[in-house]
Amino acid sequence: MSEQVRQCAKLTVALVLLVVFHAVVLLAGFFAPYGFAQQNRDLPFAPPTSPHFVDTSGEWHARPFVYGLADDPENPGSYRIDATAIYPLHFFVRGAPYKIAGILGARMHLFGVDDPGRLFLMGSDSLGRDQFSRFLFGGQLSLLAGILAAGLSVSLGIIIGGIAGFYGGWLDDLLMRGGELFLALPWLYMLFAIRAALPLQVSQAQVFLLLVAVVGLIGWARPARLIRGVVLSAKERNFVLAARGFGASLAYLLRRHILPEACGVILTQLALLVPQYILAEVTLTFLGLGVGEPMASWGTLLSTLQQYYVLSSYWWMFLPALLLIPLFLAYNAVADAIQERLKSVAL
Amino acid sequence: MSKKLHKWRPVIACGVLLLSGFVAAFASHTRSPEELAVTDNTPGREGGNLVVALRSEPKTFNPALVEDDPSREVIDCLNADLIHINRDTLKTEPALAKSWTVSPDGKQYTLHLRHGVRFSDGQPFNADDVVFSFQVYLDEKLHSPQRDLLVVGDKPVAVQKIDDYTVRFSLAQPYAAAERIFDGVAILPRHLLENAYQEGKFSEVWSTSAPPSQVAGLGPFRLKEYVPGQRVVLEKNPFYWKQDKAGNRLPYLAQLEFLFVPSEDAQVIRFEAGDTDILSRFSAENFAVLQKEQAVKGYHVSDLGASLEYNFLFFNLNDLSSKAKPEIAAKQAWFRDLRFRQAVSFAIDRAGIVRLVYNGRATPLWDQVTPGNTLWADAAIPHPARSLDRSKELLKSAGFWWKSGGTLVDPHGTPVEFSILTNSSNAPRLKMAALIQDDLSRLGMNVHVVPLEFSAMVDRLLNSYDYEAAIMGIASGDADPTSEMNVWVSDGETHLWNLAGKPSTPWESEMDQLMRQQEVTLDYAKRKSLYDRVQEIVFQDLPVICLASPDVLVAARNRVGNFSPAILEPYVLWNVDELYVR
Repeated sequence: MSEQVRQCAKLTVALVLLVVFHAVVLLAGFFAPYGFAQQNRDLPFAPPTSPHFVDTSGEWHARPFVYGLADDPENPGSYRIDATAIYPLHFFVRGAPYKIAGILGARMHLFGVDDPGRLFLMGSDSLGRDQFSRFLFGGQLSLLAGILAAGLSVSLGIIIGGIAGFYGGWLDDLLMRGGELFLALPWLYMLFAIRAALPLQVSQAQVFLLLVAVVGLIGWARPARLIRGVVLSAKERNFVLAARGFGASLAYLLRRHILPEACGVILTQLALLVPQYILAEVTLTFLGLGVGEPMASWGTLLSTLQQYYVLSSYWWMFLPALLLIPLFLAYNAVADAIQERLKSVAL
Repeated sequence: MSKKLHKWRPVIACGVLLLSGFVAAFASHTRSPEELAVTDNTPGREGGNLVVALRSEPKTFNPALVEDDPSREVIDCLNADLIHINRDTLKTEPALAKSWTVSPDGKQYTLHLRHGVRFSDGQPFNADDVVFSFQVYLDEKLHSPQRDLLVVGDKPVAVQKIDDYTVRFSLAQPYAAAERIFDGVAILPRHLLENAYQEGKFSEVWSTSAPPSQVAGLGPFRLKEYVPGQRVVLEKNPFYWKQDKAGNRLPYLAQLEFLFVPSEDAQVIRFEAGDTDILSRFSAENFAVLQKEQAVKGYHVSDLGASLEYNFLFFNLNDLSSKAKPEIAAKQAWFRDLRFRQAVSFAIDRAGIVRLVYNGRATPLWDQVTPGNTLWADAAIPHPARSLDRSKELLKSAGFWWKSGGTLVDPHGTPVEFSILTNSSNAPRLKMAALIQDDLSRLGMNVHVVPLEFSAMVDRLLNSYDYEAAIMGIASGDADPTSEMNVWVSDGETHLWNLAGKPSTPWESEMDQLMRQQEVTLDYAKRKSLYDRVQEIVFQDLPVICLASPDVLVAARNRVGNFSPAILEPYVLWNVDELYVR
């Protein structure tokens, strides 16, 4: 019983986390204090600013505030806190215009500080852009594109792998050899060709569709193979044979007996593919098929971490990566829970 | 782009090859006394091993076939040329030719070779080797990258042996940079290569799988060992033709080792860890990382100031009538308007580029000659400050106006929107594009950054002309203006903004004339005034909008003696014969 409670609590936490995460990302413009492209040329690689309640003289402020930043003369390229400049934090402030869900224009932000103060909750990047804002805006593109592309890959995998595994024979050979051929194609050159066929400028909507289509379509072969293997073994199980003997239809067999067996594989594949696809976008960006400056995406935020100087000098550049860990853990937890539930139903 | 486009880049090399094994030192004919060159460096300690990282494996040890930087870096240490460009002074100095005379008409160069010089396998060097080498480099079938340099006024230089130690080179026309073309033209050992050449197998010799004993040259080192995937090891050439003031024969180092370390970050880490002794070609960010620890880790970093590389923004001014690109052709009406280009130039925050893209380790530019090129930079070119007001005035005078939302529109009411192309592998240029995009948005222009993979970008720039604007950089291989001919003369291969092959504006015609004239003018002061005018045109008429020149950044362990980096490639190993280990 206690195990069940524990599982249930875990699932609740994960679900709450996912809902909050997605809501914040969806309403990125509201939660982000700045636009994703807003540069602060005097503040490249500024460390995170933390809100304070008590100032240097020990006085307590009811309204949280942040300090200004000034260049550190002893340490070129870094900053010190300018305790003379105090910028109180305001809620529901007017700021940079943004669009809710790409349609509704708005200017209201949850919080912000007065100019020239800056609130960099996760520090700033090399052009002095707020990492927190870029993380939220980047999520709009990456999260959706990653999930949709993974869904596309896995759906194709289920269909093709299911057919190949269930029917076997020449169809199986055809589909699986086709899949191998697909894996062996020189994708880099195909992507060059795709880029060359596109117009010089690719709009945001096109970028999004491209990410989903290219990444999702390229990736079906691996899940298809795994699912085929599971289906192949499942269809020989005694209870499946028995059901067949009783005259069960193909659709019934698949739905009732075979796909539930493959469910574990499918969910694991999904959980693995989403982060992988978010990173795949970096490669596409390199080829001119992804998100260009100044747009933000999780892939581009993570790709800066590959630089040695970032690794050694600017720890806050890792914050986006850290934030993604609970997100993906939550996805995994939900996938686990669904799998458990299906198992118990099947029993 | 820099690397691929300038065929013109005088290839720089230092010596010849080597080879050990059987030293045929008992040649039967009498040998004249050695005429060693005397260097004026501080005498160093003999012996020791120096380790340097290479970005990739060399592809060949054949000086006539080398096209990539890593191969060139190794080959430079194995070979020597007749006349060499001193990387420190940027001027020419005697190498294997101890002296030379020029005929009064400036077309004939008579070079007097050093006596008693021997290849690294012990065989003597004389005029036959020189004649053979030039025969190889000029052979059209071999496609040697040096050939372009040796064609002056559309005719290859003629080489004639006068006696065993005198060679005459005849040019079709007087040529200002004549002495500089010898730099990097390694003299090859006829005794080792002539047979292969006669049999038509020259392109197969001295590949990386060649046995070290078959490779010989006149440089400070000779090949000892090549371990694929790991390293190339060179050893001291005992026959090298230079000595220091104290009479010690150079080089000091017993061994020079090139490790293959594939990425910049990996090279920085290996250097920090003490695995390599010298580091060059790294970013300003990595410079800052290395700088922090230099006192405790026993190395030092240095910023040599502006390099010869200039980065620029340019618009597509090609004739598109045959390309069926109506959208781009329509925008060319803006791009061709000088006031539009001036407005863009005034709006660009060059100081911001220097600070944010290069961490302050760069110089803002308003023309193509960087201050690092002390012989040719025109100090009179003004450095106007960024001024959005000035930009807006210029746009207004050209008939542009602003809609209520702040969007800039042209005289026909079309919103000003264009894209800037750049290569996605070049982080600095991507950042410049992001900054310029933001700068221009302040003028109401809607600019998109289009990053493309390098070859896809080059294809658009050079073949399909399917772009609107682009950010590019060129790194001159030499300080001399002749190395820039293919950029500024309208039929040059790198005349990026307009590849029609002929001038389409009066200032392009003037630039053609000036560049051609400086090429045949022998007097430095006259050439300088001609090239100053070219810089003035670049500044005024903005065929390209120059942005910034990154500094040359290098680092070396404190134990490396006589370390004297230069802004001309090879930045750090140009005086490898003088380097020693303390």
